[in-house]
Amino acid sequence: MIDRDQVAHVAGLAKLQFTDDQLTAFTKQMEDIIAMADQLDEVDVGDTTPMYQVTNLSNVFREDKPEHWQTRTQLLQNVPEKEAGLIKVPSILDNGEGEA
Amino acid sequence: MNFKTTIGLEVHVELKTKTKMFSPSPVTYGEAPNTAANVIDFGFPGVLPRVNKNAYRLGIMVALALHAKVTNETHFDRKNYFYPDNPKAYQITQQERPLGTNGWVEIEVKGKKKKIGIHELHVEEDAGKNTHGASGYSYVDLNRQGTPLVEIVSEPDIASPDEAYAYLEQLRQIILFTGASDVKMEEGSMRVDTNISIAPIGSDTLGTKAELKNLNSFAHVRDGLAYEEKRQAQVLMAGGEIRQETRRFDEPTGTTILMRVKEGSDDYRYFPEPDIPPFHISQEWIDEIGSEIPEMPNKRRERYVNDYGLPEYDAGVLTATKEMSDFFDATVKAGAPAKQAANWLMGNVNAYLNEQQVDLSATKLTPDHLAGMIKLVSEGTISSKIAKKVFQEIITSDTDPRAWVEQKGLIQQSDPAVLTPIIDSILDNNGQSIEDFKNGKDRAVGFLVGQIMKQTHGKANPQVVNQILMAELKKR
Amino acid sequence: MSTNYFEEDITSLHDALVNQKTTAAQLTADTLDQIQTKDKQTKAFITVAADEAKKQAAAADTQGITADRQLAGIPIAIKDNIITDGILTTAASKILTGFIPVYDATVTSRLKEAGAVLVGKTNMDEFAMGSSTENSYYGPTHNAWDLDRVPGGSSGGSAAAVAAGEVVAALGSDTGGSIRQPAAFNGIFGIKPTYGRVSRWGLIAFGSSLDQIGVLSRRVKDSAIVLQQIAGQDENDDTSLPAPVPDYLAAMDGNIKGLRIAIPEEYLGEGVAQGVRDAIEKAVDTLKKLGATVDMVSLPHTKYAVPTYYLIASSEASSNLQRFDGIRYGFRAKDVKNLEDVYVRTRSEGFGDEVKRRIMLGTFSLSAGFYDAYFNKAAKVRHLIQDDFTKVFADYDLIVGPTTPTPAFKIGEKVNDPVTMYMNDILTIPANLAGIPAASVPAGLVDGMPVGLQLMAKPMAEATIFKVADAFEAATQFYTQVPTAMKGEK
Ligand SMILES: [Mg+2]
Ligand SMILES: [Zn+2]
Repeated sequence: MIDRDQVAHVAGLAKLQFTDDQLTAFTKQMEDIIAMADQLDEVDVGDTTPMYQVTNLSNVFREDKPEHWQTRTQLLQNVPEKEAGLIKVPSILDNGEGEA
Repeated sequence: MNFKTTIGLEVHVELKTKTKMFSPSPVTYGEAPNTAANVIDFGFPGVLPRVNKNAYRLGIMVALALHAKVTNETHFDRKNYFYPDNPKAYQITQQERPLGTNGWVEIEVKGKKKKIGIHELHVEEDAGKNTHGASGYSYVDLNRQGTPLVEIVSEPDIASPDEAYAYLEQLRQIILFTGASDVKMEEGSMRVDTNISIAPIGSDTLGTKAELKNLNSFAHVRDGLAYEEKRQAQVLMAGGEIRQETRRFDEPTGTTILMRVKEGSDDYRYFPEPDIPPFHISQEWIDEIGSEIPEMPNKRRERYVNDYGLPEYDAGVLTATKEMSDFFDATVKAGAPAKQAANWLMGNVNAYLNEQQVDLSATKLTPDHLAGMIKLVSEGTISSKIAKKVFQEIITSDTDPRAWVEQKGLIQQSDPAVLTPIIDSILDNNGQSIEDFKNGKDRAVGFLVGQIMKQTHGKANPQVVNQILMAELKKR
Repeated sequence: MSTNYFEEDITSLHDALVNQKTTAAQLTADTLDQIQTKDKQTKAFITVAADEAKKQAAAADTQGITADRQLAGIPIAIKDNIITDGILTTAASKILTGFIPVYDATVTSRLKEAGAVLVGKTNMDEFAMGSSTENSYYGPTHNAWDLDRVPGGSSGGSAAAVAAGEVVAALGSDTGGSIRQPAAFNGIFGIKPTYGRVSRWGLIAFGSSLDQIGVLSRRVKDSAIVLQQIAGQDENDDTSLPAPVPDYLAAMDGNIKGLRIAIPEEYLGEGVAQGVRDAIEKAVDTLKKLGATVDMVSLPHTKYAVPTYYLIASSEASSNLQRFDGIRYGFRAKDVKNLEDVYVRTRSEGFGDEVKRRIMLGTFSLSAGFYDAYFNKAAKVRHLIQDDFTKVFADYDLIVGPTTPTPAFKIGEKVNDPVTMYMNDILTIPANLAGIPAASVPAGLVDGMPVGLQLMAKPMAEATIFKVADAFEAATQFYTQVPTAMKGEK
């Protein structure tokens, strides 16, 4: 089961926010959905390996050859706010570098 | 109370490829913002990643050079987090099955050798770049987004800031010699994050670690860690507690400054990347890549000392970069005696590079030309004075030294049949000097040699001139 | 002439073009007229790309329409989660407000290469999350057979456009039944190919390991013609299959004698309406009469398909939809104070409720402490579900059953009850989990609403599906029926 606080925590991870009423309604729906998901508890999977893909493909590589890139005008055409060829965003508060 | 220090290093190295890890847009440095990117790098709706074979190959090469076990069955994972320089809000990386595990490098600190373990290394994509403006805005350039990286995570074997420094030096040099990366801290093709904790000696648990970021040179790593070591000791001695926090090195003060306190651990929601089929890396491919790895610097130093009889010092200087070491080997192969090749490279060549602030590859010098010039000197075709002229020529233009000295008429005159008549006629015209010589005035010889050199436009072989001159003087 | 799509198919249109009885320009003008009239009722389109379509038609005419180019000059609609260069692409979400792509999906460019005319972008559930096309920022689409009912989803716009005779064929996408269920609800044919058969490059991702682009059309043959053009390996999609694409039309010889067909007992359980069961039994009789052998089999893990699917699809979606952050394209919330605001308010205002529910479920299922019990458990059960199919396909060529448990429901009937809505997909989801090709072919009317017979085949065996569906279509001739609401419309 999932409670209101957990729903709020998950919303934080997903960058979503809910009003109190929405949170109440969502918690109820999430409970139902997770109850449905909990049906899988009854399946004995033994040593079955998880299946993340169905193609049986492997080792698909591309050669290291530059091709297919767009102009800056094209790439920035949909950007809501931009300046001098850069994407403009409100300041990053924690001043942390993104991690790679 | 005495403490023991435990340091972990996470090193990111950009792999030297023409295109990105998961997109065929070009890898560049210093281009105008957002001009070296495509819809994949921008994380447009509907795009899919395409894996760069060469990047994976270089990742395996680095793993092998660091003595790691290459993982045969592997795949990519997604690491989910929001940040403006991370356009998909997930990074494609390897979490569950990294490309390599259990590597090591050997360091030497104050004459003591030690192996530092490498826990794992994996390939992944780099993020774009944020710059922070003053007006409450940040600006995003996605040129760097997707550049292939190898992330190298050490075991907690590093026990001092000096060891950390030595580890980084070794790592940098080894990777440099594989040719897989430029490993330049100043251009960001090598980046270092560290964590450090201290615990009372004898304690069997590790202390709480602090992370240290914003380290722009190996010296900063060492100095930042040294500061942290002291700071943490002071906190503990005063009865305080170390918090799990991220700090940054502040260059002007040489101290570390708190960035943020970590509450709980990050939740990156890793899961296998569904857009990329998994990999079965064959032993054949691993062996093939292994055979392409150039000789490592420690092996080269051994060879220079044992086979060529060079001093340890020379061997060290020559292996500072792979470029220099390759050049040296090629020069020797082209016929130059090892010690003379070493002297030229360590002396005039390095002086030139320092003066001009360029890399060896930016000059016109070739191993063939350098060996050719050395040969001209050793066979007496040119004097060492002329050699300096030849050197200036061959380092700035693609000129064959023998052809050049011939064309310029700089070949040294060593034939007594040619030199004796010239010397005789000069003696005939300088009776006073002969007298002075007989009276024991040595300066007279210098004057006479000068006259001979003037007459021969500097081409007379000084040793031969000396011999003939002394013999002729004695006859008078 | 004024084209009536209830009386035409791609072959007849192609013949008329080749014989110069009409032109691509005329056909496109007719189609735009039809859309203008009928879409008032169905609301099947988000964007009608009239100007671009006219340009493409003119180009097709100029180039000359030859007998070997079956799709040249043929108007086709595209689901709005498929990227079209220069044409608004929204996936029916507010968060992609004003988004004009700067590249083409592989399917888009392959249709363009064939000379097809792309007339517009069809409505859908936001980001393909839904089974009714009610979850669209642009409002619901209506079922051509009963305008008070849903057209199914998420490819409801494509299905309604075809069923109403607005276009002859449309592209859809199918993650858990999003082509087959609307095809069934609208009395048309719809096929989801083998996972990897059609490139996903340019398909706005929902559940990456499940998504597949396919075709909807009134006639089976038309889907075969379109799939023939869009299928095949693509260097832009590392998960696209390298296998060659067989000649689908050649496989459609009407002969299904000796074909071994299986019906899973789980597909005729109590959740399936009696009328639907009756229709399927009748359809099975037809297949037997055509010479196929039919046996009952079991796919024992079928009942776990829905939770398995919702965990996997939502987990992948939670990650796929993180890129909609208001920074590089689409909607950005107004008056944001800081970066956190950009993220949280853009996403909270830009996504609809169903999308948020799935993002929440997926984020939860991947989060620390829950991954093993939810996401990874589902990935293991998925393997068991695929094994069920592999076992049956060792002895059979085709699996058949109903496409949906009931015919189309009323608009508004299930929208506030997610779990009931999810259970509606129980019969279509397993094919996506296993990655096998599956289609829905009309199997008659129940209380005036169409129902579909689902056909599932071995990986890569789309040709088997086309062959059987074509023979079934010839025997039943459902395509001659015109939806009541569309009668009298030209
Ligand atoms: Mg990493
Ligand atoms: Zn990293």
